[in-house]
Amino acid sequence: MTEHETRPIRSSADVVIVRQLVRAWAIRLGFSLVDQTKIVTAASELARNTVDYGGGGIARLETLSDGRRIGLRLTFEDKGPGIEDLALALKDGYTSGGGLGLGLGGAKRLSNDFELVSKPGEGTRVSITRWR
Amino acid sequence: MERIPILKMGEFLLVTIQVDMHDRLVMALQEDLTTRIADSGARGVLIDISCLDMVDSFIGRMIGNIAAMSRVLDAETVVVGMRPAVAITLVELGLSLPGVRTALSVDKGMDLLRTSFHGTPNGAS
Repeated sequence: MTEHETRPIRSSADVVIVRQLVRAWAIRLGFSLVDQTKIVTAASELARNTVDYGGGGIARLETLSDGRRIGLRLTFEDKGPGIEDLALALKDGYTSGGGLGLGLGGAKRLSNDFELVSKPGEGTRVSITRWR
Repeated sequence: MERIPILKMGEFLLVTIQVDMHDRLVMALQEDLTTRIADSGARGVLIDISCLDMVDSFIGRMIGNIAAMSRVLDAETVVVGMRPAVAITLVELGLSLPGVRTALSVDKGMDLLRTSFHGTPNGAS
């Protein structure tokens, strides 16, 4: 049986809440400490992007199963300006804001599956999955 | 507004980051710490992150900025107590904290600073 939960992300305080929620889910699913830390860190990067670049949005947490493994999928969605050049946005060191430019690429490296969908003017959706 | 306390330990300042930091708290810490360095003339800053269960690029950037600001104010920064899982994640994230010195514990961090200022870990020159 899969479970899911959706939370709004509007401020940096919500980033902290999402982090705590992802940690609690990862512990409940039996992730190792390193895997917990990886997905919590990836969630923090993506939640912050949702606030800083997307003007706020939602985070969705869901459990997955492929028959053999259990996974935790996190989806971050906003209706912000979107990303013009996806390849550039994923490049380490590139930022359109004041950050380090590690958020998207870093979150991708910290996850097993990564999906980025964005249309300029419509918004951005990023999904990451970590399998146990 | 909540603040992160800054303790004076001899000639050094110690900041123990304990709470799940949000962005405004980080900004307040940078201001408080640089003011304390300037007022006290401290030559070294220890940032204890042993309570942090994750360090993302925002916190990483804050640590790098504090180290850079301290250096400009003639103080060295040592980050102490990073958890192994945090170290693994930080490097995979792409952040290896260049230019920031690290030590495994507060004691080792103080030894490192004393050695760099006095040539020996016990403070005698």
